[in-house]
Order: sequence, then C-alpha cells, then structure tokens
Amino acid sequence: MSVPFVIHVIIFKYIPIWGWILAFQNYWPGKSFFKQAWVGFANFKWLFNDPVFYQVLRNTLAMSIIQLVFGIISSIVLALIINEVRLVVFKKTAQTISYLPHFISWVVAANLVRDALSTDGGIVNELLMKVNIIKEPIMFLGIPQLFWWIIGASHVWKEVGWGAIIYLAAIAAVDPNLYEAATIDGAGRLRRIWHVTIPSIQPIIVILLVMNMGYLLSSGFEQQYLLQNGRVIDYARVFTIYELDYGIKMMRYSFATAVGIFRSVVSLFLVFAANYLAKRMGQERLL
Amino acid sequence: MKKSRKRRAKEDLILDFVVYTILIFLVIVTLYPFLNTLAVSFNDALDSAKGGIHLWPRKFTLYNYRSLLTRSQIFHAALVSVLRTVLSTLFCTFSTAMVAYTLSRKEFVLRKLFSFIYILTMYIDGGLIPNYFLIRNLGLTNNFWVYVLPGLVTAFNLIVIRTYIIGLPESLIESARVDGAGEFTIFTRIILPLCKPVLATIALFIAVANWNSWFDTFLYNSSNPKLSTLQYELMKVLQSANTMTGSLEQALAQAATGTTNTITPRAIRATMTVIVTVPIAVVYPFLQRYFVHGLTLGGIKE
Repeated sequence: MSVPFVIHVIIFKYIPIWGWILAFQNYWPGKSFFKQAWVGFANFKWLFNDPVFYQVLRNTLAMSIIQLVFGIISSIVLALIINEVRLVVFKKTAQTISYLPHFISWVVAANLVRDALSTDGGIVNELLMKVNIIKEPIMFLGIPQLFWWIIGASHVWKEVGWGAIIYLAAIAAVDPNLYEAATIDGAGRLRRIWHVTIPSIQPIIVILLVMNMGYLLSSGFEQQYLLQNGRVIDYARVFTIYELDYGIKMMRYSFATAVGIFRSVVSLFLVFAANYLAKRMGQERLL
Repeated sequence: MKKSRKRRAKEDLILDFVVYTILIFLVIVTLYPFLNTLAVSFNDALDSAKGGIHLWPRKFTLYNYRSLLTRSQIFHAALVSVLRTVLSTLFCTFSTAMVAYTLSRKEFVLRKLFSFIYILTMYIDGGLIPNYFLIRNLGLTNNFWVYVLPGLVTAFNLIVIRTYIIGLPESLIESARVDGAGEFTIFTRIILPLCKPVLATIALFIAVANWNSWFDTFLYNSSNPKLSTLQYELMKVLQSANTMTGSLEQALAQAATGTTNTITPRAIRATMTVIVTVPIAVVYPFLQRYFVHGLTLGGIKE
C-alpha cells in the first residue's frame, strides 16, 4: 500500500540530491547531461573566494543567533508571566491572542511590519515623535545596521506566544509539592519562580537551545526576502537570496547548486552535532 | 511575622501589576497592526494618506474592496488559493495516514527501511536548483499540481500520525482481521475514525501551510497568471511598495481616474492583507485548541 508513496518520496526528495553533480559541471541549459563540461571543484573554489559568500555567512549566523537567543528568552519570560495570571479568562484570552501571529504568513507579517515602521504615519515613528525622542520620522527599514534587529524583533513578535506553549507545558509538569515546600520555607512568588520554576524547566531550555543550534544556517528566508530593499541588502542577504540573485538570475546554475550543497552539508553536520550533544545530556530525541 | 506577611501582600500586588501590564502590552502590540490595517482598508485611500488612522476608519468606504475584489486577477488567485488548500489538505492527510498505518504494522518487513527513507528527508535537502530542475523535468512548472504533489507525505506529519496509531489498542485491529476485514477496510473503517483528533490537527497544519505559501508560486508558476495565488499577489504588491510600478497598482490607478475615488499602494496593501488574513482569523478562534494540540503531539516523537 505504501510502495507508491515511497517511490514518490524518492522522486521528490532523493533525485534532487543526485542533481548535486550539477555543482561539479559547468551546466549550460539546453545541452544534454553527458555533454556538459566537467569542472571538478571549480564552483566551490569560486564560492570560497567570493567576498559576498562571507557576508552571507555572517548575515545568516547573526540573524539566526539573534532569533534564537531573543526567541527563547522572550518565550520563557512570557510563559512565566502567563503562569502567574490567576484570572483564568484573561489568561486564556491573552494566550490565544499571543499565538495568533504564528499562523499568518510572512507575506502578511512583512506587510504589517512595513506599515508599523513606515515614515508616513507608521505607529513606531508616531509614538517616538510624541514622546519627543525623535523629531523627524526615521526610515527604519533603510538603515543597514538596524536590519538584523528588525528581523529579530519581527521574529519575536510572530513567534513569542507559540514558543511559550512548550515552556508552559513544562511549567505545568513541575511537582506542586516543590512549591508547597518553598512556601512553607517562606518563599514569596518571585522567589518561587526563581528557585523552583526556572530550575525545573532548565533541562528543557538547554535541550531546545541545543536542538535549535542545528538550524543555525537556516535562519529563514521569507522574512529577509520580503523586508529587504536595495539599501540594506548587504545585511539582509541570506543563503537562499544569494542563490536566487547570484545563481538563478545570473544563470549560474552550477554555482547556485554548489551554494546549496554547502548549506545542506554544514546544516546536516550541525543537526547531528546538536543531536549528539542533546544525547550526551541524557535526552533521547529524534535520531 | 505580621510584618513579613504585609510585605508579602505588597510583593504580590506589585507582581500582579507587572504581570498584567506586560500581558496587556503584549496583547496591544500583537493586535494593533491587524486592527490598524483593517481600519486603513475600510478608509478612503486619499484620506489615509494624510495619516492619523489608528483603530477606526475616518472616512468609511468600501471602494478599496470593491475595486480589488472585482478584478478577475484577484478573484482568480483567491480561487486557486482555496483550491490548492482544499486539495492538498485532503490528499496529503489521507496519504500520510495511509503510509503511517503501513509503517506502524510490526509484521511489515520493510518497515524499518521505509521509515529510514522518510526520516532522512528531514535532514537533507537537494537545494533550490536541483529541485527546480526536477520539477521542470517532471513537467510540473506552470502546472497546478506542483502545489499538491511534492509535499504529499512529509516526514514530520508521518511520524506524528504513526506514533498515534502505535498507541491504539492492537486488539481492535486483530478482531477486525478475525472478522475477515482486509487491510484497506481496516484502515478506512477502524484506523481513520480512531485517528480523528490527530488527523484534524495535521490537516489544519497542512491547510495553513498551503494557504500561506507563496514561494512555490514564485518559483514554478510565476509566468502563468492563471495559477497565481493570493499570497503571491500580496507579495508582488509588497515588493513594489510605495511605487506605482506593479501591474495591479497601475491597473487600479487607471480604473480610478476620472472617478471621485482613488486608490493608493498603501490602501491596496492593506486591503489585500485583510483579504488574505481573514480566512485564518475567522477559523482560528474555533480551532486553536487543535493547533496547540499539534504542538504537544510533536513533543512525543520518540
């Protein structure tokens, strides 16, 4: 029964990997496969000698790390806060609203971000001007140095609520006896959070952090692509944008394939390293 | 003793205050962009350009919606979006469940091998170009089925459903077999009904992912306007933001000349954003428990 589907997955997932040999050729569209010129590792040499490649690597790592660190911290803080709410209705409503943005597309989110940051009537500029921090509206999306942080902030805006769910589940699993004992020992709410809740969910924090390290080279592509513009492109260019602009648009198909291989192989290595680390810490996950 | 209790009560109050303030702030920050866009979409375009629209339209108009929804381009894109979402959800959920069932049968000899073939795909990826060439060689460029076929069975969904099936009591399947039911009958009559909760969650995730997707349209179907999707149309409007360069903006501006109505890129973007977001926003409150259910399901992969 499942055989046709296995053939399906082999076609759609494994044949592209066979396509990796493109990277060792100087592929020219229209020629048959056997007539393509073989160039060995020339495409990879090109890649490692391209200054843009290092820029792409820097951007990808920077944005991944910003997203990872702020994403995790904000989600933990939100989970701790939601856990302290005693009004059930308010708790449920706030939670439901908090993970709504997770389900909208990046196209929509990018539109909202652009509007919020716009120079004519964007809410951020308006508020900053009202409290007299700035006099003239700032074109936030045109400042290269700000781009990483805008990506980080919009990532947090979109995912903070969704990310908090897993920590809330971990908090719910904490043994109530611990809290009771802490109360008897004279701990207030803050101290209970600090001495009971946080240490209890610490293992899950570490594991999620380690597991996410496997995805450091895949900081996403949609949000960068949708929010970038000519002025900030040197800070916005991530791997997929690089493949699109320097590979497909310039018809350097073999070169773009080489970029893809580099990313895939390093990612694979990172994922296995992360899994290994997680296992060493006594957690069985996935592989 | 008394003093410390007083201090405790004060600490409680401060903490409550901080907690509620932060949460209210979060709710506002989350909802404001949506409500603002909604207000702009219902406001007269030229009036919006003056700024100062926040949560409520100042000069109410339906012109933005009328001019967008009557364009066959948008209408057609909406149709394609709905169609791909519905078909993908049906086909993907059913196929994934079917494979998950076979891979859950202990007597199936190739179970380990097939599982491995699927799980490996979570970690390796051919990359942009080889995928593109594959799709092109299969004749799936400028083809509606590129929206449905490539992602028919994905490893993550497969593992989630398989884990669920393994958790079902084995005796149910055995007794059906004793009664003479074939594998396919067991699958459709017993497994599928029992898996309803997990299938609902997976179906929702597939539906949302399909509704939100634009990159496949961009890569494979961008030269055929008949296969465009709503997200892709919105993306094009976003890319040409602040200039009247996109074909849609020009067409709309032309349609508006000579009338008292005008439309601006900002108004187009806001209106498109609302059109694209509404389906998700409408089903979301009713289905959100299934969504959250899905996340906890993902946690028991092992």
